[in-house]
Amino acid sequence: MEDSGPEVRFEQVTKRFGGLAVDHVDCTVAAGSFVALVGGSGAGKSTLLRMVNRLVEPDEGRITIGGRDVGEGPAPLLRRRIGYVFQSIGLMPHMDVAENIALPARVAGGVAPDVADLLAMVELPADYAVRRPDALSGGERQRVGVARALATGAKLMLLDEPFGALDPVTRDAIGRRYRDLHDRLGLTSIMVTHDMAEALLLADRVLVMAKGRIVADATPAEMLSGKAGPEADALVAVPARQAQAIEALRG
Amino acid sequence: MTEIASLAAHHILLSAAALGLALLIALPLGLAAVRRPTLAGVVLGVAGAIQTIPGLALLALFYPLLLMVGHGVPALGFLPAWLALTLYALLPILRNVVAGIRGLDPAAIEAADGIGMTAMQRLRLVEAPLAAPVVMAGIRTATVWTIGAATLATTVGAASLGNLIFAGLQTEDWGQVLKGCLASAALALAADGLLALVERGLARRERWSLWLGAAGVAIGLLAACAPLAGGGQKTVVVGAKNFSEQYILARLIGDRLEKAGYTVSYREGLGSAVALRALRQGDIDVYVDYSGTIWADSMHRDKPAPRAETLAGIADFLKPAALVGPLGFENAYALAMKKGRGIGNLQALAASAPSLRLGTDLEFLSRPEWRAVQSAYGLHFAAQRAYSPTFMYRALESGQADVISAFSSDGRIAADDLAVLADPKHALPGYDAILLVSPAHAHDARFLAAVKPLVGAIPVAAMRQANYMVDRDSGKVPPDRAAQWLAAHLAKKPGSK
Repeated sequence: MEDSGPEVRFEQVTKRFGGLAVDHVDCTVAAGSFVALVGGSGAGKSTLLRMVNRLVEPDEGRITIGGRDVGEGPAPLLRRRIGYVFQSIGLMPHMDVAENIALPARVAGGVAPDVADLLAMVELPADYAVRRPDALSGGERQRVGVARALATGAKLMLLDEPFGALDPVTRDAIGRRYRDLHDRLGLTSIMVTHDMAEALLLADRVLVMAKGRIVADATPAEMLSGKAGPEADALVAVPARQAQAIEALRG
Repeated sequence: MTEIASLAAHHILLSAAALGLALLIALPLGLAAVRRPTLAGVVLGVAGAIQTIPGLALLALFYPLLLMVGHGVPALGFLPAWLALTLYALLPILRNVVAGIRGLDPAAIEAADGIGMTAMQRLRLVEAPLAAPVVMAGIRTATVWTIGAATLATTVGAASLGNLIFAGLQTEDWGQVLKGCLASAALALAADGLLALVERGLARRERWSLWLGAAGVAIGLLAACAPLAGGGQKTVVVGAKNFSEQYILARLIGDRLEKAGYTVSYREGLGSAVALRALRQGDIDVYVDYSGTIWADSMHRDKPAPRAETLAGIADFLKPAALVGPLGFENAYALAMKKGRGIGNLQALAASAPSLRLGTDLEFLSRPEWRAVQSAYGLHFAAQRAYSPTFMYRALESGQADVISAFSSDGRIAADDLAVLADPKHALPGYDAILLVSPAHAHDARFLAAVKPLVGAIPVAAMRQANYMVDRDSGKVPPDRAAQWLAAHLAKKPGSK
């Protein structure tokens, strides 16, 4: 339908915060793919993600988006080409929903987006446009956060624990909705999550990180069949066991 | 009422100017300090240290500082008051800028960065609007402090509601003190209320309260400007030192200038050395000083000279400012006794002194006047004791002292019916009240015509009576009323000089 999102390539990317947070990572995220980064706390997954839009600057190595080094030019210009969704959302409390959604275009000096259309994409009623963020539920707020990230037509989405603070039902609904949008708009999405079940259900490919390195790289199917190595198996075991237990309860 | 309105206008403009400058300094400095912890530490530390200096001392410090700058920069009046109050207003604004921006939700900042805002965009679109209520609270605090501290500006010669307070304090006119206090408190409350509306408008995003508050502030400032714009004529400034006689004479001179068509303002409560310097710099246009003070303190002459020589010497010393002439009375150190003791002069006193007790004010016994009179007449008293002025007169009245040191124009001399002892050997220096004008008016015929009739026109008895009207414990009147009385009791025929 439209041309797909760009390829993202990591080459020997390294970041130190005292110790090594990200340790010489080499990896390529294919154009138009949905990649989940999973791992425990402190594994380096958020740091790796935030180096893509230079909220964190790497100490070594380089990252390219569609072949272009992210280090070229000023960081604000780079960030305007990338959608960014994160757990604490960061809607501006002094602006209504429409102003929040239009903010990236306003900052970039671009044309104002179709707010009603974006609200429809994230399944919010059009009359939400005039509401203030503090009048919305957590799930509704993150839907606005997603609409804001999509508003400039960016094809690369960075999602940092985007649904981590939401209740399970809301989380599942928004997750699936986002996956639909990813497909429909032809995005490249990189999502950090500590929830293996979410990663398995939404992503095309799962990268497991531990101690700053990628220790497993496989499709969900490969993950489930135990071909992705011991770290991946340990993470997969939990949701698999839960699924079996629930199945058993059903009798 | 018109005087209080004019003082309030000066008070408002001085406070607003200080707050304006403080904002110009504190906003960028605060923003720079937000992400630089070392700078924040230094800036807040310095501003905090300034805050610990008493307001009066801070104002007083700017006088010598500006004198050192020199080059025609006025060391008195608006400038030192403005600068001192500005420094005073910095801390609350700085502190709240830093706290307001540091306290912002980190998620909003991360989103601003993630969206691709530049630092300026983030400041304009996110940090400024979100921190505005906290910053505004700091501005409110600064405003209330500044309006309160502006009453102290009177002491460096800037007009403010403090004029009422300090003049009232000197003349023990408590009604006037209260008037000054209430007026400045009302101003502070009004300003705080209006800024509270602005703050509320910013915090709750209520446009009407934002605009109402801002409009109120604007109207207040415009109203304060009105008295200054009116007339369009240059104001002449009458100076006064810090005691009753000076307040009365300033009003007497000011009334004459007003009748001659001048717009008059007053700088009252000036220190002795400050007043002469202010005149020579043109910060004040006219005031009354005393020949002995200038001779000894400014010209550093250690021996008294004959009157004519003293006055000629002073006139020469003052150039390009001018000595218009002596007013006709002295405010000199003298020795006084109850009448009817049969002693008329210091020579006669010397014979009886060994059986008499001397009461003095706190500094007389250490002054050159005492040494001069003691050696000239060989005075040796049975006892001598220093009192504060009020108790000195009581001691004489009750018989604890037989002779006291007094100022020759003091109203209590007339009131207590005392005899001032003559000084046939001229051991005590002359303290002729002399009318001085600034360089700008030294050859200004119209100005001189307005003030010259006072030369030689104030007999010491009239001055004593006027002083007593202000100084007495009961039934006292404000200095301007005493000045009106004095104007009606000037000597009909001007004196010889």
